Amino acid sequence: MRLAVAVTAVAAITGFPAAMAAPAGNAARGEALYERCFACHSLENDRAGPRHCGLLGRRAGSVPGFDYSPAMRASGIVWNAATLDRFLAAPTAVVPGTSMGYAGIASAQERADLIAYLSAARCPA
Amino acid sequence: MSFLAFANGPLLPASRRGFLKSSGLLLSGTAVALLAGRESLAAGGNATEADARILNTALAAELEAVAAYQVGAESGLLQKPALDLAITFQGHHREHADVLAKTIEKLGGKPAAAKARYDFPTAKLKNQADVLRFAAALEKGAVSAYLGAVPVFANRDLAKAAASILGDEAMHWAILRQAVGEMPVPSAFVA
Repeated sequence: MRLAVAVTAVAAITGFPAAMAAPAGNAARGEALYERCFACHSLENDRAGPRHCGLLGRRAGSVPGFDYSPAMRASGIVWNAATLDRFLAAPTAVVPGTSMGYAGIASAQERADLIAYLSAARCPA
Repeated sequence: MSFLAFANGPLLPASRRGFLKSSGLLLSGTAVALLAGRESLAAGGNATEADARILNTALAAELEAVAAYQVGAESGLLQKPALDLAITFQGHHREHADVLAKTIEKLGGKPAAAKARYDFPTAKLKNQADVLRFAAALEKGAVSAYLGAVPVFANRDLAKAAASILGDEAMHWAILRQAVGEMPVPSAFVA
């Protein structure tokens, strides 16, 4: 019981659904999953979607020169593991009006893997 | 109805009476606006506006694909018949882009324009196989993008049309894989 309370409390703090702590991510698997994003994204360059290097810690809608949707610019989101997990699960529900018209990634493990990969993606100096 | 029907023909049946009979829908303000041909009015804050937004993201990606194939075709790295494949696939992407743009306009949106400049990893493309693998990666990404878009269209005809494009991109992906000696269809499902 104590464990359940603790998990719930951690979930409340981190934003993960109660009793569903995020699985550990695997960056190598995440790199393979990232191929799904290639139509619109790359790590280094803005494409139909913004670049992803340096994503964690960045305010949503803040890459200079990228033409974001007003909804994304106004979202107030700062990208971290918790906010990315929620967004990747259901982009259009989390940010209604986002240009990312994508149903989302249902698998918590796949989201964790992708986040692990993106967490390590640094922008070239 | 397909994107082509949206782009080149009336968005909705010409006969309002016929539409009402066939659909059995209770007319909402949105439906009235659509029937009147005022898609942009109907779009105010509802799903039609969201559909146009999805189409515009797809359009931006299609325009980039056209540019990517152009870079490949002009690279001097592709020989026939790979060069012919690239030009054929580029033509498909151009067709997708044209019809997407027309559909977005039909829905009252402003189609995305091609960028003046795209950044492709040209320094990493040293030979024909590199170019084909790069194209295959873009096509695979396009399959995933359309697969993710299909369920979020409010309009099921648009979803069906997106699935049609998805099928085309999947064929490109498979043929490009085959061209570099990889198993053309690596799994029973795409994701």
